[in-house]
Amino acid sequence: MKHLLAVNDLGAEGIEEVLRVTDSFVEVSSRAIPKVPALRGKTVVSLFYESSTRTRLSFETAARRLSADIMTFTAPTSAIAKGESLRDTVETIQAMGIDAVVVRHGSAGVPQLIASWIDASVVNAGDGWHEHPTQALLDCYTIRQRRGSLDALRIAVVGDVKHSRVARSDVAAFALLGADVTLVAPPTLLPPSLEGWPVTVSHDLDAVLPKVDVVYVLRLQNERMKEALLPSLREYTASYGLTRRRADLLADDALVMHPGPMNRGVEIAADVAALENSVITTQVANGVAVRMAVLYLLLGSGQDLAG
Amino acid sequence: MVDATGTRRADVLVAGGRVAAVGDDLDAPGAQVLDAGGCLVAPGLVDLHAHLREPGREEAETVETGARAAALGGYTAIVAMPNTEPAIDSAAVVRQVLDLGATAPCDVRVAGAITVGRAGKALAPMAEMAALGVRLFTDDGAGVQDARLMRRALEYASALDVTLAQHCEDEALAAGGHMHEGEWSSRLGLPGIPAEAEELMVARDIALCRLTGARAHFLHLSTAGSLELVAAAKAAGLPVTAEVAPHHFTLTHAEVAGYDPVYKVNPPLRTAADVAAVKAALAAGVVDAIATDHAPHAPEAKEAPFDQAPPGMLGLETALALALGELDLPVERVLALLSWQPAAIAGLAGEHGGPIAEGAAANLCVVDPAAAWVVEPDLLASRSRNTPYGGRKLRGRVRHTILRGEPVVIDFEAQR
Amino acid sequence: MTSEDVRRAVTRIAHEVLERNHGLDGVALVGMQTGGVPLAGRLAAELERIEGTAVPVGTLDATFYRDDIGLRPLIPEAVTDITFDLSGMTVVLVDDVLFTGRTVRAALNALNDYGRPRSVQLAVLVDRGHRELPIRPDYVGKNLPTARHELVDVSDSGVDLGTVVPTAPGGAGPPASGEGAGLGPRRENRAQ
Repeated sequence: MKHLLAVNDLGAEGIEEVLRVTDSFVEVSSRAIPKVPALRGKTVVSLFYESSTRTRLSFETAARRLSADIMTFTAPTSAIAKGESLRDTVETIQAMGIDAVVVRHGSAGVPQLIASWIDASVVNAGDGWHEHPTQALLDCYTIRQRRGSLDALRIAVVGDVKHSRVARSDVAAFALLGADVTLVAPPTLLPPSLEGWPVTVSHDLDAVLPKVDVVYVLRLQNERMKEALLPSLREYTASYGLTRRRADLLADDALVMHPGPMNRGVEIAADVAALENSVITTQVANGVAVRMAVLYLLLGSGQDLAG
Repeated sequence: MVDATGTRRADVLVAGGRVAAVGDDLDAPGAQVLDAGGCLVAPGLVDLHAHLREPGREEAETVETGARAAALGGYTAIVAMPNTEPAIDSAAVVRQVLDLGATAPCDVRVAGAITVGRAGKALAPMAEMAALGVRLFTDDGAGVQDARLMRRALEYASALDVTLAQHCEDEALAAGGHMHEGEWSSRLGLPGIPAEAEELMVARDIALCRLTGARAHFLHLSTAGSLELVAAAKAAGLPVTAEVAPHHFTLTHAEVAGYDPVYKVNPPLRTAADVAAVKAALAAGVVDAIATDHAPHAPEAKEAPFDQAPPGMLGLETALALALGELDLPVERVLALLSWQPAAIAGLAGEHGGPIAEGAAANLCVVDPAAAWVVEPDLLASRSRNTPYGGRKLRGRVRHTILRGEPVVIDFEAQR
Repeated sequence: MTSEDVRRAVTRIAHEVLERNHGLDGVALVGMQTGGVPLAGRLAAELERIEGTAVPVGTLDATFYRDDIGLRPLIPEAVTDITFDLSGMTVVLVDDVLFTGRTVRAALNALNDYGRPRSVQLAVLVDRGHRELPIRPDYVGKNLPTARHELVDVSDSGVDLGTVVPTAPGGAGPPASGEGAGLGPRRENRAQ
């Protein structure tokens, strides 16, 4: 594997391999010295056109724990802010002799474009509404940690699927690993077409919750109100928020997940996020190990795997 | 020889910019002979829809380079769209572009803007532009959003014997989309433009056409629904005409999967069902013309994220081959759609697209329908490289183009 | 070596460990993935049988410390499992076959990230020679002269000079995938 651009590039086997290697990095992360020399001499660039401190730090921590060198380009502080074109920026970075670029961009498809321009490995750290594959991998890892496997699990993905890169990656990954996925959202927050999506759709969260093993709550961005996609946050919460009352509809062992950052009181109630079956902080913790696995597999496992 | 009167075998003698003789085994000692063995001699092609970018975006195209690309594509006349900088919304800019075109290897005509600055607020001085020979008006790049303003424009135009051409797109519904709204936009996470954004304005303008009695031409229709609306309007006897672009009968929205902005175009590439509907409408005569919507963009503009890149693709040098290859139509019908039918819409029937007969203007193209070639972006005459057909094998190519009696393309090579 | 030979070798190594360390006080075993893991288990059982006290046993996968990362596909075989603090302990690193010494080098570096042992000793079932680093075993089941390209096959039924795997001069060995988790041929057996 040369790049990680989208979940479907990995396929079920690829995901399983990442998760297996993640097991080893979880062990590394638990040590007093959570660092291995695996990627000594490699240079990883984080190229973040959108500010996302959480994801950037997670990737940079992963790279450091693999002993790679890190360069950081973020939008407000670099040539990006001076109007340099995407291609020029990327070629400049490439000229510095680097091994991988971790890209976050507000436009869908940018990691794919960059991969077509340079020799280094490209890791998609979130592109527009398109994909956020490492988030899906850490979500799968977290579920697998708690439930053993995703096969035949029933997973509800609730909220703003239309504008969510997390939802696109998660739906693909969950389905590849054998889960049954139900999207629960108002029609205005669903993609215009679900042709080819391995999902069923519901607009009734109360009816779905008792039947699922995992409820995955998506973040609702406030700007959606301005686009007339919803009448009000209040109405959204009333219909689609994971309130305490709704959380009680869940099976005892059902997991509550959220990609963060949460809008507490909107898509998820504060006391629900704090429930024992909420694995939201575990997701964050697993993020570093999953990203170590991805960087290791891309940069450390040898050219034989390319392709 | 193929023209609106039929197909026959003959020699053509050109002199003084006009067809001097048509007949068997013509003998003209000392004349330059262009071999047309195995080829079709036809009236030059006429493009209703070319973006030549001058003035304002000369890094993407100039009148000169666009006209050269047109000549290589078999065109003897092209209509330059007014979305330049400044827009072609006054006699002064019309005159500037016509002057630039005076020495070009193709007859460059101009479409004027309907509204000042193409801003959709106030009518542009159509009469002063019509006085300079402008016969088509459009705000192309955008549609006139205000129904009342469009009504006034149609009414005003009807006294000038000009045709208003609409880029049909309801901007509120299109909502800043970057590709066709559907399966692929949903999967790729790109905001989409629903087919209905086009169809709403087609339906509105048909209604306005009924209301005003003025002629209306629909630019680059791309959806099955639009074509149904036009078919019904024509059946009802309304004075509407329509064009489609080659990419809308060649490519689908699935091409966007790689996020390459070369496939970004407006109207966007649609579904396979829409492609089939466009082909069917061409075969059924619902569509009057194939127009290129030749839209050059400098490489740096297209090396951008899909949602930040400008829409548009090159078309002048590939339109004929795509029409011959993609459409299951006899060559006479393809040439009608590319030559004499658009010539009539552009008000050029006297000079372009007419039957090849003694005394007619010698604006001709010689097509080798069997010539196989591969599109190489770097070898195109256009100043830009944004063709979606790079590397594609095509069949059918223009061997010679004769403009006002002068061979501007000989054996696939531009002469100036 | 027959399986009986292996049994006798393990017993002898157990006695040597006890003799050298004057008992089991402060001694821990760490089996190297994958071939050293079952061997460490057998050695621990033998030590317990002789001394009557249990010895801490861990397993180590040193993949992330190898010096050939990036040159070939290297995926960890298993998760390292060392639940006790190595600081101040005498660690007996256990592997089935000692060849170039590179895996042991990686394991020594890895061990350091789990604490600072008082000393590290190395026990191997087979020493087949061809060292590329200054590494020497403390306990050896058998010295087995081999050619570089040969493969030593360690299995439940004993140790054999297994199938000769021809490798191109200077080329990497066959892909490492498909190895069983049990006593099987290990990468370090192969010509590098």
